[in-house]
Amino acid sequence: MSSAYGGAHDAHAHHGPTGWKRWAYSTNHKDIGTMYLIFACIFGLVGGLISLLIRYELQEPGMQLLAEGDYHQFNVFTTAHGLIMVFFLIMPALIGGFGNWFIPLMIGAPDMAFPRLNNMSFWFMIPSAIMLVGSVFAGDGAGTGWTVYAPLSTSGHSGPSVDMAILALHLAGASSILSSINFITTIFNMRAPGMTLHRMPLFIWSQLITTFLLLLSLPVLAGAITMLLTDRNFGTAFYDASRGGDPILYQHLFWFFGHPEVYVLVLPAFGIISHVIATFSKKPIFGYLGMAYAMLAIGAVGFIVWAHHMYTAGMSVDTEAYFLAATLVIAVPTGIKIFSWLATMWGGSIEFKTPMLWAVGLIFMFTVGGVTGVVLANSPVTTAFHDTYYVVGHFHYVMAMGALFGIFSGWYYWIGKMSGRQYNETLGKWHFWLTMIGVNLTFFPMHFSGLAGMPRRIPDYPDAFAGWNYISSIGSYVAFASALLFVYIAIKTITSGERVGANYWGEGATGLEWTVDSPAPHHTHETMPQVR
Amino acid sequence: MAHAGNHPYHLSDPSPWPILGSIAALVTATGLIWFMHDVTPWVLPIGLVLVAYTMFVWWRDVVNEATHQKVHTSVVQLGLRYGMALFISSEMMFFFAWFWAFFNAALYPTDQMGGTWPPSSPEIGVEIFNPWGIPLLNTVILLTSGVTVTWAHHGLRKGDQQTLIRGLWLTVILGAIFTGFQAYEYMNAPFDFTGGIYGTTFFMATGFHGAHVIIGTIFLAVCLGRAYKGHFTPDHHFGFEAAAWYWHFVDVVWLFLFTFIYWWTSVQPSAVLAAH
Repeated sequence: MSSAYGGAHDAHAHHGPTGWKRWAYSTNHKDIGTMYLIFACIFGLVGGLISLLIRYELQEPGMQLLAEGDYHQFNVFTTAHGLIMVFFLIMPALIGGFGNWFIPLMIGAPDMAFPRLNNMSFWFMIPSAIMLVGSVFAGDGAGTGWTVYAPLSTSGHSGPSVDMAILALHLAGASSILSSINFITTIFNMRAPGMTLHRMPLFIWSQLITTFLLLLSLPVLAGAITMLLTDRNFGTAFYDASRGGDPILYQHLFWFFGHPEVYVLVLPAFGIISHVIATFSKKPIFGYLGMAYAMLAIGAVGFIVWAHHMYTAGMSVDTEAYFLAATLVIAVPTGIKIFSWLATMWGGSIEFKTPMLWAVGLIFMFTVGGVTGVVLANSPVTTAFHDTYYVVGHFHYVMAMGALFGIFSGWYYWIGKMSGRQYNETLGKWHFWLTMIGVNLTFFPMHFSGLAGMPRRIPDYPDAFAGWNYISSIGSYVAFASALLFVYIAIKTITSGERVGANYWGEGATGLEWTVDSPAPHHTHETMPQVR
Repeated sequence: MAHAGNHPYHLSDPSPWPILGSIAALVTATGLIWFMHDVTPWVLPIGLVLVAYTMFVWWRDVVNEATHQKVHTSVVQLGLRYGMALFISSEMMFFFAWFWAFFNAALYPTDQMGGTWPPSSPEIGVEIFNPWGIPLLNTVILLTSGVTVTWAHHGLRKGDQQTLIRGLWLTVILGAIFTGFQAYEYMNAPFDFTGGIYGTTFFMATGFHGAHVIIGTIFLAVCLGRAYKGHFTPDHHFGFEAAAWYWHFVDVVWLFLFTFIYWWTSVQPSAVLAAH
């Protein structure tokens, strides 16, 4: 058999390069996943640090950190924070990191379909990061917000900063498109015999849908920001109203990408916690097919709701009514997910290990954000709430914490499988509770300050908003302290954690990743497992 | 054989090309910034050469693996088909953005345009091409090239090497003629790139299409070279298939361009056709 499948070639791969070349030249999904996770961790801390600067500035009325009137620098902070967290923390961790590590392990494949492409997807993140970080230091920095709206981004900033941010997005986008092609091909073409689509683990479903969203939405962003680039540098008129162009076109194109993007961030987290909740409830997931198709529905509907980000841009009432109704529809599949997780726990033998705490925490955070999402779907309401801290609170609960809690849930769930060593349960629980308290202190008061009228992306505010802002800032320090605690936990786990066996979670943990040793050997599933 | 995998997949050896590609991307991006901000124009071409070099050495490895090492099992070939189909899907969405920009302007003309499409205001009003001249000719050329590439494919499937080579030669030549006519048209355009939204959407949409025609022509030319070397067999010729798929995709995009940007615009009441 082996010779027919080019066995000599595979055998050669076992004596691959060592040292730096092992990583730089890697074609191994586990090594590439590990590089993604380290990248995400580093940039998560950078993005977190920038959020501290934002919160320090906003702690009290008046200017704390920045010079009087230097509002542009504040916008540079919010732009960098948003772009780094989305493109350099959440996506590399959930898709590049866990996707790479666990898609092959969970479907019984020896690696990804296109291992070299996989490595280039990772290495494209480095020039992307260089461009984005460089944009802060070259010129005045990009103060456009992560949405890079025209005309501020076309005629507002003439230096190189915005061009560099645009190219950073191009590179990160190319990385994600290549990854998506790779992941989808792997999932369609390399599942173990017997693993039909309807028997695929929910994490695999989540990655499949996520990568389809990326594949179809990122090229539209690429077009939109290419138009920005040519408007800025080569004299085209896409967004220039005086020559027949239309700045609102940019908003449409951006959000046609941007709305699927927020599901890109949260769907893999849904996938992870579905496994975690089943494992620690010692029950199979409730309503497996419903869970899979709910994600599919979220992904599909996600493409036809984009203009709810643009209620104040000037749309006809009929258009608003459509986007309002379509947006509310999303509450149905997300409701299916929330209630199916709860039904999985119902009557289960629940064990609140750290990954389970994060999973339950995610359900709470996502539900709070989902409820405010239903509020914000209503265009008359959002006409008042647009660009206030109510929106900031909403999306940090639903998308940011939804994704972050999923990352931590997955990390605590799988670190034993990835490193062969187990984290310290007490410290893990401390990490969870510290984060839970910190982020809720940070983001819950934003609903109140937002309702009172506190605007986004402004470093100074009237005294009336002082109280809730102070609490938000204190919360952010707690949250960042918990991130530092995580770094300590991670290093301690990898260097001196207790060694674990193949299935360290016991009977609740099913699936192919628990049939291989911990740490998972360099090459796994070299003989295709049979799924029944 | 102790480590040999008992599976039909191809696990690539470690390779320096992905990280080289990343370095090439960094040099290209930096070069573009420096070019746009008048620092130096010379880093950008270096980056582009590096990108081209990366593609060359990388795909040389892939061709070797397929043709000489014979590691592309039928399952691996199926994976490559998925990959190419997905890549073309993402390309389709890229053109979706340019058509969106076009329709945004064409269906909702603003006051600055004179409230019409094509624009008729004194500032940005334009004369446009007659679609029944070169654009129609180019449509015929591209559709014919779709026929010739299919003819080549039929030859290949029957093991008829000569038909394959003739069909590919015709396709590549037709592609080059298309590009030549497109360049001629650009040089004689009665409107320009920066004058207003009409020229902007026209040149960017047809320009990106033209770039794809050139890429597709190079892809087919590479297949032609491989055909001379006898790389393709009747039941294993994914490289050719991918090039043909890509060519048909480029063809379909042109049909949309011709229908909406050339023809439909030309029959609007405000359209003034350039005489030539």
